[in-house]
Amino acid sequence: MSNGAESDNGALTLLAVGTKKGLWLGTSEDRENYTFTGPHFLMQEIPSIGIDTRGGRTRIMVGLRSEHWGPTVAHSDDFGATWQEPELGAITFPADTGAALERVWQIQPDSAERPNVVWAGCEPISVWKSTDGGEHFELNRGLWDHPHRSEWGAGFGGAAAHTVLPSPADPDTIHVAMSTGGVYRSTDAGGSWMPRNKGIGASFMPEETPEFGQCVHKIARDPNHPEVLFAQNHGGVYRSANNGDSWDYIAAGLPADFGFTILTHPRRSDTAWVIPIAADYQRIPPDGQLGVHRTDDAGVSWTCLTDGLVQPEYNVVLRDAAAVDTFEPVGLFFGTRGGTVYASADEGGHFVPVLNQLPDVLCVRAAAVGLA
Amino acid sequence: MTGEVTLLVPRLLQPLVGNSAELALDVGDGATVAQLLDAVVAEFPVFGRRVRDETGALRRYVNIYLDGEDVRRLDGLKTRIAAGQELMIIQSVAGG
Repeated sequence: MSNGAESDNGALTLLAVGTKKGLWLGTSEDRENYTFTGPHFLMQEIPSIGIDTRGGRTRIMVGLRSEHWGPTVAHSDDFGATWQEPELGAITFPADTGAALERVWQIQPDSAERPNVVWAGCEPISVWKSTDGGEHFELNRGLWDHPHRSEWGAGFGGAAAHTVLPSPADPDTIHVAMSTGGVYRSTDAGGSWMPRNKGIGASFMPEETPEFGQCVHKIARDPNHPEVLFAQNHGGVYRSANNGDSWDYIAAGLPADFGFTILTHPRRSDTAWVIPIAADYQRIPPDGQLGVHRTDDAGVSWTCLTDGLVQPEYNVVLRDAAAVDTFEPVGLFFGTRGGTVYASADEGGHFVPVLNQLPDVLCVRAAAVGLA
Repeated sequence: MTGEVTLLVPRLLQPLVGNSAELALDVGDGATVAQLLDAVVAEFPVFGRRVRDETGALRRYVNIYLDGEDVRRLDGLKTRIAAGQELMIIQSVAGG
């Protein structure tokens, strides 16, 4: 997702697709026809991508992981023509932790007001902050030393902080979502973290709504009211109107409340998209019918968007395999574990497959960018 | 007594060590595999991060053979190495 909070004047759409076996980069001038390069980093997993368009520069940052050679972070300032990797690594655990980086799950540029700040969420569960545009990151000790750490668990994909949401309104407020552990919030710039899961269920735990331990799959922030958050949980779609202090269930109008991804609109409040999955025990689109569901009224009602989607579809869309751009109307993009990537130039009204038969799509990001 | 050992580098890592398939390294008395890797890493740090994680542990799917013997079956990275011996790095069977 770009950091853009306003309608862009960029001439190109940049679409980045991270898969289990490489990265594809596409550009489009008309939002219909894309020209792709790739695979970049063939045979490396790309679980995270950050596109940073602040400061008049387009920097693509990718989390890489080789089954053999481990994880690392690289960045490109020339649309993937060349890549740079800090020699000593952008993210490495300090020696006193005794830990080693397993996977970079999230690379999130901060707001335009904090132009060199980039956040990362990683496995093992950890949050990192860069103040040099994503070239070097520092471990957040507040979360690393958190007393709940020994009680956090691992989702199927690993124990990770998979979402980091800095608040554009307040540099001291950051939300983190982890699997499993739930949502945590800091209001002192990451010095300390409190669980913020009241109202979110945890069907896999004996306590119906524990203080923490939830398997939150993704959270997203409202563009105009930073205290409003949306969450796609491991069972349940929720909205918080109070910075995460409490959450309300908003999945009543959906065919299923399980899923991985959730997106908000870059400018319009109350709009969000989810892509439901039948259930945790049946991980396919409900009845094999892939659908993107959009709410424009904060989850009171949902509209199923399927125009252009090839059916039936038995592959799911993972938590970071969907994104929006900042054009007007907003572009919506997502990829499946079956390797199809769809693009919509009208907020999901109509989809076009722009890539097919890729390896499992793990991460999709899109941005409006200036001409290269 | 000092002398040279040979480090054989797998093809995928050769760009990280100046496109060399093998490196001749000076080794002193009592040197370990870890110390030998340290010497390479001083010049080629990215190579070092591919082979070992930041705790210094050999990555799970990276194998190092000393004269044909997996060092994990010897003394791991503490295995001592002498002049004239050959170290070979090979990625193990993994992935899908």
